[in-house]
Amino acid sequence: MLDFSLVSDFIGFLLEASVVTIELSLFAIVLGLILGLIAALMKISNIKPLMWLADFYIWVIRGTPILVQIFLVYYGLPQVGIELGAFSSSVIALGVNAGAYIAEIYRGGIMSVPKGQTEAAESLGMTYTTIMRRIVLPQAFRVSIPALGNQAISMLKDSSIASLVTVSELMMVSQRFAATNYAFIEFYITAAALYLLMTTFLSYFLKKLEFRMSQSER
Amino acid sequence: MSNRAVEAKRDNNQSIIVVKDLHKSFGNLEVLKGIDLIVNRGEVVSLIGASGSGKSTLLRCLNRLETISGGAITIDGIPLNESLKHVSQFRREVGMVFQQFNLFPHMTVLENVMEAPIQVNKVTKDEARKIAVNLLEKVGLSEKQDVYPRKLSGGQQQRVAIARALAMNPKIMLFDEPTSALDPELVGEVLQVMKQLAKEGMTMVVVTHEMQFAREVADRVIFMHNGLIEEQGNPQEVLVNPNSERLKSFLRMIK
Repeated sequence: MLDFSLVSDFIGFLLEASVVTIELSLFAIVLGLILGLIAALMKISNIKPLMWLADFYIWVIRGTPILVQIFLVYYGLPQVGIELGAFSSSVIALGVNAGAYIAEIYRGGIMSVPKGQTEAAESLGMTYTTIMRRIVLPQAFRVSIPALGNQAISMLKDSSIASLVTVSELMMVSQRFAATNYAFIEFYITAAALYLLMTTFLSYFLKKLEFRMSQSER
Repeated sequence: MSNRAVEAKRDNNQSIIVVKDLHKSFGNLEVLKGIDLIVNRGEVVSLIGASGSGKSTLLRCLNRLETISGGAITIDGIPLNESLKHVSQFRREVGMVFQQFNLFPHMTVLENVMEAPIQVNKVTKDEARKIAVNLLEKVGLSEKQDVYPRKLSGGQQQRVAIARALAMNPKIMLFDEPTSALDPELVGEVLQVMKQLAKEGMTMVVVTHEMQFAREVADRVIFMHNGLIEEQGNPQEVLVNPNSERLKSFLRMIK
């Protein structure tokens, strides 16, 4: 009944689609890391309008479904004259979404850096920017790595949502072959296996990174 | 207080720290209630007193880690005021050593010492390295320069912290209970470095519970009580023949 030989005929396409999944996730997580950092810095800035703006961003993004967000970017923006294409829309929606969660991760990391670190840096005559850049953020980032890793793994899986706005990533392509060949189990199991392979590699890499970072500190 | 009058008459050029009627409150709690203090160039001053007497707060006001609620502080002719530019200028001239060392854990010993000269004074990496290597030799930690702080004993960490502060070539060094977090057998090595500094003519203000250090190294001991200077003078006089009852009982307590 199950015929996995069918899959081998299409494996090239599936691997190609996996590359799209990786690219999509990578761009989105980088965007998320940048937006998250900006939002986190705004939240700890003690400048009221910036704090409000960051709070608003996090509130809206965390409180609404990612599917609504991605549809708004892909279908909604063209209505007001901004056409981004499926891939770019997905990167933006996924990145903006991740940024809200990453902001909170960074903020927690920044809070975990002891006050004495800032005071020591201040007593050496460093400015706020220098203290953030050289003393606080590097330590906050190290603390944040495990949580950021989780976020990256989630991103790899969440990127499958882009199939709903026509990006030819792994989920989209699997769906197409599954339907045309009437072989749902074969193709979806294969897709699952490929996702699992990617997340396993990523976890392994993150573990190594975490270990290397922990060598220097504490 | 006749001391104050005497000090006010001293040559103005000689005084490097001038504190006038300093007040500091945290919310409703007034921690400093009008401190007048003049420290001369090259003088070593020990601040002693029970916890809560305001000695650490006074020290932290001297490099603006605490904002002041009233009065005035002048460091080497620069008045401490609200202008931001001045604050970093202050801090460059005033080194500080903390009870908890506060070394940067993500940097090696050498990098810890090099960081401020590079970031604040904008010296080249090579120059900063030269400064750092020299200072680490001075505090006896040359062989530890590529080690991360967590691998060091408390005494070693504190010596690195002293080197780090000295790298900015400060005119004044503040010490906030520098040996209080150390195991007893490690106190000596830190005091040794501080004695050396005093000998070289560094102006130092030291909050300490080490009466031996106060006696041997300090030019003046200041006893604080309840946010005010209760008694001050030559360590021999103050520690051996205290006038105030409070100082007498304080000295009995810490013995």
